[in-house]
Amino acid sequence: MIAELGLATLWLAAALALLQLIAGALALTARGTGFVGVVRPSAVVQGGLALLSFLALIMVFVQTDLSVKLVAANSPSAKPLMYKIAGAWANHEGSMLLWVTVMGLAGGFVALVEKRLPERTMLATLAGQAFVSLGFYAFLLFASNPFERLNPVPVEGQGLNPLLQDPGLAFHPPTLYLGYVGLSIAFSFAIGALVTREVGPAFARAMRPWVLGAWIFLTLGITAGSYWAYYELGWGGWWFWDPVENASLMPWLAATALLHSCSVLAARNALRAWTVMLGVVAFSMSMVGTFLVRSGILTSVHAFAVDPQRGTFILALLAIYIGGALTLFALRAGTVTEGERFAVTSRESARVANNVMLTGSLGIILLGTLYPLFTEAFGEKVSVGPPYFNPMTAIFVVPMLAVLAIGPLLRWRRDSFGRVRAILLIPAALLVICGVIAVVLAPGKVLPIIGLALAPALAVASILPLRGRDLRRVKLPVWGMVMAHFGVAVSLFGMASDSAFTTERLVAVRVGETTEVGPWQIRLARIEPVAGPNWTALEAVLEARYKGAAPVFTHPQSRTFWAPVQNTAESALLTRWNGQLYTVLGEQAAGDRWQLRLWWKPFVPMIWLGGVLIALGGLLALLGRVASDVKRLVARDKIAYRRERQGR
Amino acid sequence: MSGIKAKHQRLVLVLIALAALIAAALLAAWALRNQASYFYLPADLVARPPETGRAVRLGGMVQAGSLKTAPDGVTVHFVVGDGKARVPVTFTGIVPDLFKEGSGVVAEGRIAADGTFMADNLLAKHDEKYVPREMKDMTEAQAREAVKETS
Repeated sequence: MIAELGLATLWLAAALALLQLIAGALALTARGTGFVGVVRPSAVVQGGLALLSFLALIMVFVQTDLSVKLVAANSPSAKPLMYKIAGAWANHEGSMLLWVTVMGLAGGFVALVEKRLPERTMLATLAGQAFVSLGFYAFLLFASNPFERLNPVPVEGQGLNPLLQDPGLAFHPPTLYLGYVGLSIAFSFAIGALVTREVGPAFARAMRPWVLGAWIFLTLGITAGSYWAYYELGWGGWWFWDPVENASLMPWLAATALLHSCSVLAARNALRAWTVMLGVVAFSMSMVGTFLVRSGILTSVHAFAVDPQRGTFILALLAIYIGGALTLFALRAGTVTEGERFAVTSRESARVANNVMLTGSLGIILLGTLYPLFTEAFGEKVSVGPPYFNPMTAIFVVPMLAVLAIGPLLRWRRDSFGRVRAILLIPAALLVICGVIAVVLAPGKVLPIIGLALAPALAVASILPLRGRDLRRVKLPVWGMVMAHFGVAVSLFGMASDSAFTTERLVAVRVGETTEVGPWQIRLARIEPVAGPNWTALEAVLEARYKGAAPVFTHPQSRTFWAPVQNTAESALLTRWNGQLYTVLGEQAAGDRWQLRLWWKPFVPMIWLGGVLIALGGLLALLGRVASDVKRLVARDKIAYRRERQGR
Repeated sequence: MSGIKAKHQRLVLVLIALAALIAAALLAAWALRNQASYFYLPADLVARPPETGRAVRLGGMVQAGSLKTAPDGVTVHFVVGDGKARVPVTFTGIVPDLFKEGSGVVAEGRIAADGTFMADNLLAKHDEKYVPREMKDMTEAQAREAVKETS
């Protein structure tokens, strides 16, 4: 019953999206002004219906209604409630429903609260959002129905992949999707502005908070995903250049570029066509990522069951939306008048450099991700990994980080390096000192040395924009920028430290024996069986001493899940202020020995701490922008009210 | 700012961007050709071996009776075959759960001077839903034969 209700609301939501598209398109014509009142309400209701449908899916998962095919394939009845709920989006159909739900909610939210855009641009934007949504509704309803019934009803579900039975599943996909799909708003704004030819500071100011919001979620989602992969896979790495990781990183790079160019457009009315272009590119990257992952065309741990029909469907959607948007851009870009000019040494130029570097690294990653597809067309199977991605992205990222240190110190329009030279001496000196130390400590490791040298200098440079200011009067968006840039430095330091200083130990030891990794002495105290709600495990009790200090205990497990039957290694982490001890229990080896894989990773948590700081910086900026917008709206209303009273 | 200078500025910007783009694309193409890791079946690896030290991947079936653990308890030696050729592989680490004799494996690593494949990483059939792509093609085409011949 609930499944049918969910399907019905999904159809209704799709119908409303169609109404929203038609009404929006008609309302833009001279004779269709009667439809203006229809567009916003249908966007809101459409979002609500999509949410209802998604809630219905969660309900059938919670009830473990095995007559629903998706539940039967992904959920055993003996599973903790949290994973029953999260199981709703841990599969292709459910995650696509989450996708349209986020799209619908974002559109509805825009329709409810966005008052700054000119009404015509707003109508075009909502029509654009509905147009994109429609494709994904069609994809769900015709090629990936999550509510499909199963006959006969199986007695037991097939279970959820044990790797996914982790709290990370509850948090990571929804967060990532809010960001990923939230970028559809930027896409629709760009379409709207292109249709009505209203690209300017007002447009940028209206778009910025939406991009910021999506970008915050995307940042958190990527950070969480990286940490999840780090502890769940048990491989000790935090980024594998897996296609799906790239698929989340590419929209983030585009969105980061968009944020920076958006501010230029808002403050200086420059980079007009370019900003619109980035709005199109950012969400296009989200869609390309979905195609790559969901079509099964690339190998990825995130690829769900492979289905050629779905791949073709998403490819068609891609062609329509990205092709259509780029065509519209090509037709209209010429009519977007040139923006304000600026000197080579100016904050605008720094932002341009930032944008070039971000899009450059985006291009590098896109090429590397797609390259296996090209070669496979010629019968050659390749995979592209860190040996390509690491140095190639560094070519763009390192200069970008240098610009990050200087750019915020420059003035808008026209400035000279002479003015900031003195102040930049501090980070420059730090750069040299740290570089020398890094060369001594980690000889020969080029990229980690660059990272270790850059990070402290960047950290100092990122707070330099606050110098000489009355801190009580510094605006929230400036605090946000400082915090986000500081977060970049923190994260960079964690990455560089991990690559430069990680020590690894792989041994087979008997109970009672001691081994060493970095500054740790680790004794295998005992192996004991433990049981969880739907698994049993062998647990190693490790007695770990940091440089001979009092022992701490850590408990890596080797788990066996019942449904589906599968073994996973559950790593254990021991976090100190200066790093993490990462332990994995392997198999039993000959002679009563147990395999242990141990890592000491100095300062590795800073990677994710930095990610959180970057997102927090975004949040501060968003709060600042929204607060000033609200203030402006209230003031405008007051003036209007006063005028009205005086008029009477 | 004067009109001519402004146009000039825009042109210079566009030219710089274009030059940077072309340079980046060339560099990327070069890096891809040199850094991409090629996939080999045992027969290909024996027929035209890659230069020693170059990162490649080897896919095939773990031959029955070939899996041996070294005295250190963490190094394994086994033979990967495809029915036409056999390649000895050495791996130090914790093997994936579904790694066993007679099943498929993709080993990431490099070929050593003595012809042994030194694996840095092993990918086994992960679960019903995720199989390394190369292995899937293989299970259809060669794997069944390979298993038949070796078992």
